[in-house]
Parts: sequence; C-alpha cells; structure tokens
Amino acid sequence: MHAPIPETYSPIFGKLSLDALPLHEPILVATFAVVALGGIAVLALLTKFRLWGYLWKEWFTSVDHKKIGIMYMILGLVMFLRGFADAVMMRLQQAMAFGGSEGYLPAHHYDQIFTAHGVIMIFFVAMPFITGFMNFIVPLQIGARDVSFPFLNNFSFWMTTSGAILCMTSLFVGEFAQTGWLAYPPLSGIAYSPNVGVDYYIWSLQIAGVGTTLSGINLVCTILKMRAPGMTLMKMPVFTWTSLCANILIVASFPVLTAVLVLLGLDRYAFTNFFTNDFGGNAMMYVNLIWIWGHPEVYILILPLFGVFSEVTSTFSGKRLFGYTSMVYATICITILSYLVWLHHFFTMGSGASVNSFFGITTMVISIPTGAKLFNWLFTMYRGRIRFELPMMWTVAFMITFVIGGMTGVLLAVPPADFVLHNSLFLIAHFHNVIIGGVLFGAFAAINFWWPKAFGFKLDTFWGKVSFWCWVPGFYLAFMPLYVLGLMGVTRRMRVFDDGSLQIWFIIAGIGAAVIALGIAAMLIQFAVSIWRREELRDDTGDPWNGRTLEWATSSPPPEYNFAFTPKIHTLDSWHEMKERGCERPTSGFKAIHMPRNTGTGVILSAIALAVGFALVWHIWWLAGAGMLGLIATAITHTFNYKRDYYIPAETVAETEAARTRQLAAATGA
Amino acid sequence: MSDHSHETTHESGEAHGSMRDYVIGFVLSVILTAIPFWLVMARPLEGGITAALIVIFAAVQMVVHMIYFLHMSPKSEDGWTLTSLIFTLIIVTIMLAGSLWVMYHLNTNMMPMPDMSQLP
Repeated sequence: MHAPIPETYSPIFGKLSLDALPLHEPILVATFAVVALGGIAVLALLTKFRLWGYLWKEWFTSVDHKKIGIMYMILGLVMFLRGFADAVMMRLQQAMAFGGSEGYLPAHHYDQIFTAHGVIMIFFVAMPFITGFMNFIVPLQIGARDVSFPFLNNFSFWMTTSGAILCMTSLFVGEFAQTGWLAYPPLSGIAYSPNVGVDYYIWSLQIAGVGTTLSGINLVCTILKMRAPGMTLMKMPVFTWTSLCANILIVASFPVLTAVLVLLGLDRYAFTNFFTNDFGGNAMMYVNLIWIWGHPEVYILILPLFGVFSEVTSTFSGKRLFGYTSMVYATICITILSYLVWLHHFFTMGSGASVNSFFGITTMVISIPTGAKLFNWLFTMYRGRIRFELPMMWTVAFMITFVIGGMTGVLLAVPPADFVLHNSLFLIAHFHNVIIGGVLFGAFAAINFWWPKAFGFKLDTFWGKVSFWCWVPGFYLAFMPLYVLGLMGVTRRMRVFDDGSLQIWFIIAGIGAAVIALGIAAMLIQFAVSIWRREELRDDTGDPWNGRTLEWATSSPPPEYNFAFTPKIHTLDSWHEMKERGCERPTSGFKAIHMPRNTGTGVILSAIALAVGFALVWHIWWLAGAGMLGLIATAITHTFNYKRDYYIPAETVAETEAARTRQLAAATGA
Repeated sequence: MSDHSHETTHESGEAHGSMRDYVIGFVLSVILTAIPFWLVMARPLEGGITAALIVIFAAVQMVVHMIYFLHMSPKSEDGWTLTSLIFTLIIVTIMLAGSLWVMYHLNTNMMPMPDMSQLP
C-alpha cells in the first residue's frame, strides 16, 4: 500500500520530499526504468544525429499551422499509448480479481489508473487529435496561408503539451487523483484527498485549458476572417463548418471548466467552502457546473469528426455530399442543443421528475440532427461509385458502431431507465461505443485520408487493413460484454468482484482489449512500413484520392505558404469544380509572400507555466511566485519583438512552383 | 487576387468610433453611474426598488459600452459581432437560468439540513 506523504514542509521544496517517489510500487519502478531508458536512448539518438538544432528551428519554434498540426497528432499518439496502457491494466485487474483474489493492483494504484485513463484519453488524446486535424486542414480548406494568430497557435500547442507533461509527471513524482476523471467533490476536496493527486489534476487541466481556449479563439477567427475570396459561409467545406461550431463550443464552454476548477482549487488551497459538506458548501453545484462544460465537450470532440466523415464519404463515393445545407443546419442545431442536455449526466442526483423530464426530452431531441447527418451520409453513398479505401472503411465502421452507441444513449436518456443503468458498466459501454466508434474511428479515417497531404506519400494498405480488422472486432469484443454486465447491475470502477459468474464476461472483454492492442500495433507498423517504403507510396499529384476540396489543390506536402495565389471560390467543392473546368495552374507572375516568423517564446512561456504548475502542486511558493513573474516578464518582452514577419522573395516562390510544375508533369506523364 | 495580403483586410467594415461616439458613451456612462450612487446615498426610495433600479442601470450601461466603446452594430464585421453577442446571451441565459432551476430543485429535494448560516 502507498505510504501517505508525511506532512513535512520545507520552504525550499514545499511538500516535495524523497518519500514522494513511489519506490515501493514495483510496477511503477519498472515503468520508470523503461521510460527512463527509452528517453535516454531517444535523447542520445537526437544528439548523435545532431537533430536538436533542426527540431528547435523547424518544429518546436514553428508557427506554421501544418507543423503545429502534426505536432498535435504526435502528442495525441504518444498520450494514446499511455492511456491505452492504463486500459489494459484495468482489464487485466478486473479479469483476475475474482473468488477472493485481490488482483495485482492495490486500490490506491487502481483508483489512479481509472482516473488517469479518463483524463488522458479525453484531454490529451482526443483533444490534441481534433485540434491537430483542425489546425492542419482548416487553413488549407479555406485557402489561407496560416491561422489568424500564428504565434498564439504555437503557444497553445505548447501549453497543451505542458499540461500533458505535468499529468505524466504525477506517475513518478507523487500520485495522481483517485477521484474519477471529473474529480467530484467532496471526494476531491482537501478533507478526503489531502495528498497532491487532485492538485496534479487541477493544474494539468488548467494549463492545458489555456492552450485549448486560445486555439479555439484562433480557429474561430481564422474561419470567420481568412476565407478565400468568394467562399461564403454556405460554400465552406463541411469539415470547416463542423470545426467552426466545435471551436465556438470550446470558446463558450472551456471558461466554465476553468472557473469550476478555480473554485475547487480555492477549496483545496485557500480552505473556502464552495463544495465542502460544511458551512453551506454544496458539492452538487460542482457536478452541475462541470457538466455544463462536460456535455458540450463531447460535441467538441465529435463534431470535427462528423466533418471528416462527410469529406471522406463524398470523396470516396465520387459525389457531391447529399444534403449539404441540412448538414450545416444539423451541425448548428447540435451546437445549441448541446447546451441544453447537461443534466442527463446526473438524473439520479435528485432534481425531481419535472427537471429530469425536460432534460430527458432535450437529450432525445439531439439525436434528431445526428440522425439526419447519418441519413445524409447514407444518401451520399447511395448510387455513388464507392471506393473502399481505408478512410471509407473506417467511415462505414463508424456508421454501424455509432448508431449502436447512439441508440444505447437514447436508452440512457430515459430517466427511469437511467435510474437502473446510472453508474453501471452499461454507461461505460455506451460512451466508449460513441467515443471509440466516433472519435477514434474518425481520427483513423482522417489519418489515412490526409496523411498523403501531410507527408507526400500514402499509408500502406495491407497493414492498415490488418489494423482495421483487429480494431473493429476487438472493439465489439471488448465492449459488448460491458453492456451485458451493466444490465446485470455491475457498477463502474470496481476493483474486486465476489460473484464468480461474472468473470467470463470480463475475460471476453480482456480478450477484446488484447485484439485492440494488436490493432494499435498494426497501426504503428503501418506508419513504420509506410515511411520505409515512402518512395513506392509517393504521391506526386497532391490529389491522391480525387478530392473535392481546396486542400487537394496544392502540392503534398504543401509549401509553407500553402497557395502561391489565393484561390477564388465559386462553388462548394471548389477543387472539384476547378478540375471540371480544367483550370490551369498559374506558372508565372509570382509575388513576394508575407509570412510570420518562427519564435521560441511559446516554448519558453509553456516551460515556465509547467514549472509554476509543478510548484503549485507541491506548495513550492517561491518557485510559483518567481514563475508567475517570469511568465509576465517573458510575455511583455515578447511584445517588444518587432521581428515578427518576413517575405518569401518572389524568386523563391517561382522556384518552388517551378519544381512543382516539373513534379506534376512527371506524375501525369508517367 | 494576389493583392489579398493580410494587412489589407480592414475594408470588411470594422468600425473605429469617432471622437463624438466616445464622448457620448462617456457622458452616458457617467450619468448612468451617478444616478445609482445618488440613489444609494440619498435613499429617496425604499431598499428593494433601489436595488432593482441599480441592476437596470447596470444593464443599460452594458448596452452603452457595447454600442459606443465596442462598436457593436448589426453592420460591423459583417454582423458577426452582433451574432456572437446573441449567441453569448443565449448560452449565458441557458447556463444561469438552467443552473438556478436545477439547483433550486436539488436543494429542495436533497438538502433537508438546517440552514448552515443560522448555526453558531
């Protein structure tokens, strides 16, 4: 068992002492050894191949929306492996802990694992994935050169990364929260969680939240102000539309999360009583507030992927998207309605029949626009010339899986049924059904779809199909048993079980997790094989799928300025229309292009923010104060940096475009 | 089309208020602040009405700020400033009214404890 951290306080190290290192937990020590060795190996390789300068100049300090998008994807992928490791540990524990066996995880460790799994998968996997896609695709789709505020974009990425690093630090220094992923008080209050776990939770989310909010503002601004001439709102590609709505949701809802975590932080640091049991505190207010953020959050995650499915379906069916206008209005409806359903997360808290019926009905209403979208995709496929490439396969898997998840969601939306199913594994099965079936399958469709745009070569099909055929059946194997268990009344977050008859279902779910692990392995092999065989998989046309939207008009990977001339838009599916009309690529008359300059300020600010977060977790007040001053000083210093921009000379543009002309000629000649 | 560089995007109707606008806004704000002060200091009305009036003056002052200092109008920025204001109002109304409604029911049903503020 974990020894509680002794209440010794040093003015230099705060609550931090050697006891904070979990040396008594062999699993963590072994993990740390592996991570440390791997980390040292990576650092050594980077030094050996002299990549530090390259990484710093070309990537870390880059304000190019495409590179930042790719870095978001790498962050999401790395954190996904951590989150999945947590999932496997839980599956293993639950499959073992029967018939008097305690399993292999002590309660203190197990409780941290289910909390970390949820936090990491939502905040540091799903959010980086969708932000990465939006960053990479949106400016290309609207014919812009970058986002509205390129420095802010770099800063947002590094703040998200700092939050992720702080969250990961808790694995080896101290502990993470043992409260579940939303840290409900009073359990998360200082009285019941006196150690640093919840503080790690609060500060990693607050730091990452700054990044998310700023990137939301940035992308809303980009979409509203930087569209190519002629692209009216109703000529915007669907992915851009869904991104716009998702970012509006981010801007409107993340401040609520920030505020509620500030209140929880005050309860813990300043001994206020917003959510305590005594002195007029009310923990139900926390649950109410956090779900006002939490429900829009799930639509923030799924809406951009709805856009991905729309693009993929119309591209691979070789047709214009069916019902574009209804798709846009359905997205807007979902945006507003997502604010009207939050209470369905706590029907059983006791707000009574009238309140519950209102929120039950709004929840059912929200499935109508979602259903309209599904019919639009089906009608797009109807009589289309469908090519079952990997992105389309993931899309079909999504349609089937998401419909099942949606229907169990409507079941849960019925308040009387929810009284039976609340907090059970049925709920766990439901939201994994929609998040894996929607967000992850969508992310995989998008990765396979846009990889050639990002890197100039397609992904290997064989390993992609292996991954697909492991992931999809693996998902059903892992989560359908949880529906059964949930209907039998098994609650979530259990560590040991008494009833031996349940074990078989947990073993099936565990096998499912193993099959998913094979799918993840196949996906990593797919990436490696594709990079290895990149010359064979090379796409010189820039338009490997016969795409319809503007991002396919430029080369793969796009030049840093995206488009030598800002395109003029006449219709939806503008690239398709340009191809129909036989538009000629301009090959002369290039002008110098005004571009933002790279800056390291985002990295520095985020590194200081990470130090401040760590200091606040461990009550190292001098470091927190010094760090805050450092943040302000660095930010002010940056305002005196007048070297913000530069011009790519017209000759350089002409050379790049001439190389592109030769590449295109070779590709079409071959 | 190549002349569409980023510095020249000012023509899309961003309003930069005139001196006259700022003076009108300032004078209105001063008046709308002075009246509540007078209401509190001189107490010509009873407490409840005074409080209600102060809230009303505050709300009017917000509108004054939005029109004269933030230059919101149906025309500015292609109507986006007004659209975002309306969206914000809808969301804030949903959040506040919803929370009050939900918390009232939760408190009534689930908090049968004595009023803590009355305890010593």
